[in-house]
Amino acid sequence: MEIKKTSLNKLHQSNNAKFVEFAGYEMPIQYGKGIIEEHKFTRSNSGIFDVSHMGQLFIYGDESLTAELEKIFPLDLKNLKQNCSKYSFLMNEDAGIYDDLIITKIQEGYLIILNAACKDKDYEILSNLLGSKFKMNLDNNRSLIAIQGPKSVEILNSIINGVDQLNFMTGNWFDSDNQKLFVTRSGYTGEDGFEISISNDKAEKFVENLIEKGAQLIGLGARDTLRLEAGLCLYGHELDINKTPVEANLRWAISKSRLSNGGFIGSKKIMNQMQDGASQIRVGIKPEGRLIAREKTKIFNDTDKQIGEITSGTFGPSVNGPIAMGYVDKEFSKVDTKILLEVRGKKHPANVCALPFYKKNYVKGVN
Amino acid sequence: MSEVKFSKEHEWITLEGDVATIGITKHATEMLGDIVFAELPEKGSNVEKDGTAGVVESTKAASDVYTPVSGEVVDTNQSIVDDPAKINEDPEGGAWFFKLKVKDTSELDTLMNKEEYDKFAKETSS
Repeated sequence: MEIKKTSLNKLHQSNNAKFVEFAGYEMPIQYGKGIIEEHKFTRSNSGIFDVSHMGQLFIYGDESLTAELEKIFPLDLKNLKQNCSKYSFLMNEDAGIYDDLIITKIQEGYLIILNAACKDKDYEILSNLLGSKFKMNLDNNRSLIAIQGPKSVEILNSIINGVDQLNFMTGNWFDSDNQKLFVTRSGYTGEDGFEISISNDKAEKFVENLIEKGAQLIGLGARDTLRLEAGLCLYGHELDINKTPVEANLRWAISKSRLSNGGFIGSKKIMNQMQDGASQIRVGIKPEGRLIAREKTKIFNDTDKQIGEITSGTFGPSVNGPIAMGYVDKEFSKVDTKILLEVRGKKHPANVCALPFYKKNYVKGVN
Repeated sequence: MSEVKFSKEHEWITLEGDVATIGITKHATEMLGDIVFAELPEKGSNVEKDGTAGVVESTKAASDVYTPVSGEVVDTNQSIVDDPAKINEDPEGGAWFFKLKVKDTSELDTLMNKEEYDKFAKETSS
């Protein structure tokens, strides 16, 4: 199959991107200055991420659509205000996760942002569940640009006036350069920032404009170190079809009002696990010293019993040390539990720790 | 000090008497990206030509460091373990990895000179 390219591919090339294949797309892993520089620039200034490979699924409908979606997602969508976003999951009957996603109520229905590797399957699953009653559009004509970091609000507001009035996890349509952009105040780096949905033919000029105002392009390499420092899950690593939201320690994302009556796909399993606890739980892990424990590293207790596995591990540039996430048996999931990580045949000490590794405050009280 | 020689695994080596100093090349560091971890062989241990003698890790991945000749490890550079970023800054100078008492100096004869290595690096990275 031919590799797919986003509408910013040429711009990546002219900015010295090193490319990798990701979910069938040719995507920049880093640019000239390297992952650590890009990571730190995002934390201190403003980084631009091409996330156009992700799915933008528009579903159009009224209250009956809300009712149907509540049968699928563990969310209180009836009480979700227009232009507000929620993090959620598409699950199977066993509460195994097909995908994690952001769903936003818009005037016409809902906009769901899906992972690139899952979007086609998600579309199939959702169209089977919803039938032909609602118009669905997995929109390939729109690019998705994220701008993240403390200077992003000032930079973006100078181009799209009014985005500074958005609260975290809300969005709205804006007019800019004779077209409609959907902007949400969100992101996946642990920084204040925005995601902008823009038509493909306007995306390159828009990003060039952001660069002119002082933001810089950032690759998937730094996106990974940023999200890991922020303690955020990456599908295919922390999350997959064999993990439930309770095991992934994401119970905060399940609306409380939905837990008493259930009625969404996977609700039985989730309600059971909420009561009895899951046997394995996602935790943060800090290796002692400088040792990096990568994905698939085995985790042991002090009597040589394997108690879990690392799902993501790298060096955290802002933490200035190694960080990881993984699953451990419930009795080892308490913060400060001593564990051992087997790297290159030797066991190295590490500690279970609280997430995130790096904390910034999102903007909540603009208006 | 002898001429700098290079291995296909992207190590450099210089010889003074029968003691060799070994590190990884600038080209290797450019391929690896930001180096954030280094592991060195133990002082007093014996390493075999083309065998593993250390590890470097970038933000992206781990890579083995090989020794281009056999010998006994007589010194290691702790400063790169404490501050791995030094390897990106000065790979072919201050950021050497380890020193060996070389068993058989003729093992260096099979290695590449600078010109040969530059050509090799260019061909293999494109």
